[in-house]
Amino acid sequence: MNDYILETKDLGISFGGLKAAQNVNIKIKKNQIYGLIGPNGAGKTTIFNLLTGVYKPTTGTFFLDGEEICGLSQEKINHKGIARTFQNIRLFNNMTVVRNVMVGLHNDPAFKCTVWESFLRLPRHFKSEKAMRERAKELLKIFDLDDERNNYACNLPYGKQRKLEIARALATNPKLLLLDEPAAGMNPHETEDLEKTVRFIRDEFDLTVLLIEHDMKFVAGLCDELTVLNFGTVLAEGDTRTALQDPEVIRAYIGG
Amino acid sequence: MNISNLLDCSVMSGGGASFGDKLADIGRELITIIINGLSVGGIYAMIALGYTMVYGIAKMLNFAHGDIIMVGAYAIYVVMLISNPIVAILCSIVVCILMGVLIEKVAYKPLRGASPLAVLITAIGVSYLLQSLAQIIFGSDPKFVVVYDFGAINILGVRIQVFTLVTLAVTVVVMVALTLFVKMTRIGRAMIAVSEDKGAAQLMGINVNNIITVTFAIGSSLAAVAGLFYLLKAPTVSNTLGAMPGIKAFTAAVIGGIGSIPGAMLGGLLLGFVECIAAKITVIAPYTDAIEFSILIIILLVRPTGFLGKKRREKV
Amino acid sequence: MIEQIKKIRWSHYIAYIVIGLLLLFFAFFGPTDRSTQFMLEKIAISIILAVSLSLVVGFLGELSLGHAGFMCVGAYLGGKASVILQSSLGKDSVWNLILSLLVGGLVAAICGVIIGIPALRLRGDYLAIVTLAFGEIVRSVFLNSSDSSFGGTLGLSTPRYDRNSLYIYAFVIVLITLFIVQNFIRSKHGRAVTAIRDNEIAARSTGINITKYKLVAFTISAFFAGIAGVLHSFSNYTVQSATFGYNYSIEILVMVVLGGMGNINGAIISATLITYLDTKLSTILTGDRAILQNLIYALVLILIVIYNNAPALKSFRERYNFKVLFNKMFSKKDPSHRADDAAKWDVVPTKIEMNEILSVDMKPQNLGSDKPQKGGDK
Repeated sequence: MNDYILETKDLGISFGGLKAAQNVNIKIKKNQIYGLIGPNGAGKTTIFNLLTGVYKPTTGTFFLDGEEICGLSQEKINHKGIARTFQNIRLFNNMTVVRNVMVGLHNDPAFKCTVWESFLRLPRHFKSEKAMRERAKELLKIFDLDDERNNYACNLPYGKQRKLEIARALATNPKLLLLDEPAAGMNPHETEDLEKTVRFIRDEFDLTVLLIEHDMKFVAGLCDELTVLNFGTVLAEGDTRTALQDPEVIRAYIGG
Repeated sequence: MNISNLLDCSVMSGGGASFGDKLADIGRELITIIINGLSVGGIYAMIALGYTMVYGIAKMLNFAHGDIIMVGAYAIYVVMLISNPIVAILCSIVVCILMGVLIEKVAYKPLRGASPLAVLITAIGVSYLLQSLAQIIFGSDPKFVVVYDFGAINILGVRIQVFTLVTLAVTVVVMVALTLFVKMTRIGRAMIAVSEDKGAAQLMGINVNNIITVTFAIGSSLAAVAGLFYLLKAPTVSNTLGAMPGIKAFTAAVIGGIGSIPGAMLGGLLLGFVECIAAKITVIAPYTDAIEFSILIIILLVRPTGFLGKKRREKV
Repeated sequence: MIEQIKKIRWSHYIAYIVIGLLLLFFAFFGPTDRSTQFMLEKIAISIILAVSLSLVVGFLGELSLGHAGFMCVGAYLGGKASVILQSSLGKDSVWNLILSLLVGGLVAAICGVIIGIPALRLRGDYLAIVTLAFGEIVRSVFLNSSDSSFGGTLGLSTPRYDRNSLYIYAFVIVLITLFIVQNFIRSKHGRAVTAIRDNEIAARSTGINITKYKLVAFTISAFFAGIAGVLHSFSNYTVQSATFGYNYSIEILVMVVLGGMGNINGAIISATLITYLDTKLSTILTGDRAILQNLIYALVLILIVIYNNAPALKSFRERYNFKVLFNKMFSKKDPSHRADDAAKWDVVPTKIEMNEILSVDMKPQNLGSDKPQKGGDK
């Protein structure tokens, strides 16, 4: 029904005098894996923060699947179908791995159970808990984390923490998944694995992925299209290969 | 207990019934409120300065600050038994500084880098500890001590205690001196650096631990002065002397914007006026504390950073 | 069969079992002397208070210094209700007790909602101060009430409830409190609350409605504090606003911290222990020496928090803690591989940054007029 799952229109934000992002127009088709790249400080994470409602834009708006969701709170935006991971990992460190994912399943209508039902431990409480645990285990299996499910999240190695964060985001059943530097700190082998996993979840869960990444090999191998940002503005966009060979982009990266 | 209840700053009765006399009465009443407000506010400002310094630099709410005032007042009481006021005041400042630094080293320093909630709970524990220690040493009945009687003067037909003016003058001088200290001296600039970013300050060669110790020393000496003001107003010391004023002065610091030196002054004076005005109106006088705390809650809700505070935001 | 018994997480039910057995014991061989009954009532009240405060401090991760304030509201309102009800229901009627408890609890719960609203915007020590201020406001309002409404400075006199049954009812209420609070914590909703504690930003991005859960946590906590207040008024025949000062809030906090934050069973044990020692010590330590109690509280509070949280003691803690020792003695389970019940944590989380008192969705136009701020990148 709608060509684009995400469409931003002149999205911009300024902090005091600093324009962290301006006139950003991104159009992402359904089921694409879309890259958002640029040098440090280009405003990539700012765009993520705008899309997830952490910041409210000073100009412009954006649409998810044709519906304007700009201005909603973070949790509402998540309910509408955008989930994200964070650059500096934000897990629930004092909870076990499986519970981290179960928090992600919290709003799934399949596991509905009101506060009152929990107070009194009515049958639905047990049913939903059990179903949530099963579903969480399934999700963890995708990321090879099911053996770790009873460990505390903070005790996981870095690479697994990144995967767990993706699993938790996935649990909220998003239409659009935002990954903020998913391959950061991973070795080439793990990166390769991740590449496969991202493709797999895209197909399996019928979703669209928007990712920020500095690893150009990873980006080139995975992304269908991308947008290059520099100083808060769009430098180039379009097909991955073409965009990466754009002389402007090369100059922005190497400097000069 | 409110400080203003203890104030002895009465209006000389006009006696006449004519309109002019009534007007003069109202005028005198106003002057009384202003002078009282400034003086009570001065004390709050003095305590609030201590809170603001420590909060701004060590990023912790030193709950025990109010109780250091009490320690200072007891120090004055003890030394006054054997010596004169000047010695007593100096001793009190030294005792408070030692106490402040000791508390910092023993209770707060091990928790640097731990969760702020843990630090806050420890600070509450220290406050409690000081109060109970004081009661064990000095007993629960209040001690009477007259530091110095400045007497009173008449201004425009209003009898004004001289110490109120002294309080105010000292507070203003201290505030200006502190501002200059922070802006002009090496240590002051190091303090600003530490308050902005501890890690970066350390990398720049600043000894963060020393700076925090100095901050506690300054804050505690301000508490000693506040203790002195207290004794000038009401010549009794008890172990809970600092608790309520401490909390209210924190209110003042928050109202002014925590971390801001002029903000502490502003908040203190504002709170002083509110207290004096509320005490004059019979209907609401018993609710003075409640009113002050309500103002705190409202200001925190409407402008959580206070009047002169800076906003910060969490990185995502 | 044996496998199934092994599977049961005894730590979840041990409190119910112990208190249940205790109740049975009381029903048949209850103490008849007033001082023991009074102490049991006090212990029950303390447990309710500690468990309910634990919900906010231990599981939501916010410090509340106004718990005695909620209790005060409950005590006055519930006490007043029982005064009014005793003419129609009779003073020893169970309905009198139940209705008064509900009135006190519900009004306290409303106060909990009111205090929960600042909790949405403020964090850390700012919220702690707001709760403290709330407690003082409540006390001051009741202290200055007229003699005919809430007794003013004289305090409110409440009916003398039947001595021989009150402490039993008190423990029944403890069971109900435990049932509801534990059920809440061990449900998906409790998990949401713990998620907010661990990482508020992540919780929001995961779709957790933090407004709802902060309010719910504060409301439940206040409700049971109010209930404890009503029990207090029944137990003491009188309600004095001076009782509910800031010191009382601290005493409850000591119970929670001593029990290990986020550990309900620990809170129950420490509440019992402290209240018992309190009563026993107050007969031994009289006059000025009574203050030794406060000294001990203060020291306990400081030492436990430093021991549990000091970064320098981390390796020491991991080698010598209760759990490790326990496992060494009774089972060979590897302590690093914990059970699938994550609600426990002895260390205060590092969620709150002192200077980050605002929630993150502040509008950018309000930000950084002082200095240009960088974007989120870095």
